[in-house]
Amino acid sequence: MDGIHDLGGMQGFAEAGYSPAEPVFRHRWEAVARALLVVVSGAVEASGGEFRHSIERMEPGHYLTSSYYEHWLTAAATLAVEHGLVPHSELEARAGGRFPLSGPVLAPPVADAGPDVDTLRFAVGDQVRVREWHPPGHTRCPGYVRGKTGTVVRLDGIYSVPDIEAHGTARRHEPTYSVRFDAADLWRDGQRGVWVHVDLWDSYLERS
Amino acid sequence: MTAGGHHPAPVSPVEQRVAALEALLTERGLVPAGFIEEITRRYESEIGPMNGAKVVARAWADPQYKQRLLTDGTAAIGELGFGGPEGDHMVVVENTSRIHNVIVCTLCSCYPWPVLGLPPAWYKDPPYRARMVREPRKLLAEMGCQLPDDAEIRVWDSSAEVRYLVLPERPPETEAMTEAELAGLVTRDAMIGVSRL
Repeated sequence: MDGIHDLGGMQGFAEAGYSPAEPVFRHRWEAVARALLVVVSGAVEASGGEFRHSIERMEPGHYLTSSYYEHWLTAAATLAVEHGLVPHSELEARAGGRFPLSGPVLAPPVADAGPDVDTLRFAVGDQVRVREWHPPGHTRCPGYVRGKTGTVVRLDGIYSVPDIEAHGTARRHEPTYSVRFDAADLWRDGQRGVWVHVDLWDSYLERS
Repeated sequence: MTAGGHHPAPVSPVEQRVAALEALLTERGLVPAGFIEEITRRYESEIGPMNGAKVVARAWADPQYKQRLLTDGTAAIGELGFGGPEGDHMVVVENTSRIHNVIVCTLCSCYPWPVLGLPPAWYKDPPYRARMVREPRKLLAEMGCQLPDDAEIRVWDSSAEVRYLVLPERPPETEAMTEAELAGLVTRDAMIGVSRL
């Protein structure tokens, strides 16, 4: 989905709020939220794709104004409600107020994942173009490289396609490639000597 | 502030939500006893950038190890006993005097847990994720990382299964140092690529 999480290249943000050192958890609730997501993900057998998508479906205003551990809390609660572990009404009653969850899944469940891909279509040095499409569900193809042309720099392993695994129990495995893009091509701003590498599944790519 | 100063801080809405979810999951028997404490302890004391620093120091001290590290990061890091979730497919990228590598995850917060621990807040927040792929030279300078104008910048967006670790350049005049002393020079930020040593 074209969600708020797909932040690469967005403009208007201020400084990065950088600090060279900080505690792992600033508050105890952050550690609890983190642990509860592990608990819920295990209980509902959520794939990595389903887990990430449960954060991506957060309402954009909530996403941008809450810390990452609040994202994890929202994901844990959303998955717990969607899988019937706890009712939303009971969460709100216990919390003594509103307990915002992520929005609904927009993509239909995937019943047929299609065959695994075990052949490498591309080699290091090949030019590839990223498909220009807008899937309604989960994807790990960042918006800022769609339609762009880059060069394969590394062949990685064959892995489960997140777009499939986020939406059911079906799985398809495909090779992944690390693709190098010239920042000047991505942003048309004339900057030089900057390369951005994005790791992409086979089905995100077409021959350039 | 209320008078007296002995009142505990008010419980924030997010703390109330965490407590509600924790209570309901615990009542359903889904939270094993001690689980939260165990996972917290592990990430606060066992897993962190001190692990990555040992990897970097070994690479500086042992050219053959460095070669293995750059060829098969997962296996070489495994030689030092580090691995596991978010570290199963490691690629190590080497900084030189004219090539600077930096890691980011624009879509979420992917980060090499076994060698760096959990990511700092700024790594997960929108400004860093939005800007590092668009204007890395400017963002790095703002973060105190000044690069020569002609330095090549290689940004690695952790969008699939690979997690990255930056191998910083060995600082000058460290020839006499032991591996343990070298590890003491290595910072988290140098291994993310937002600073140089």
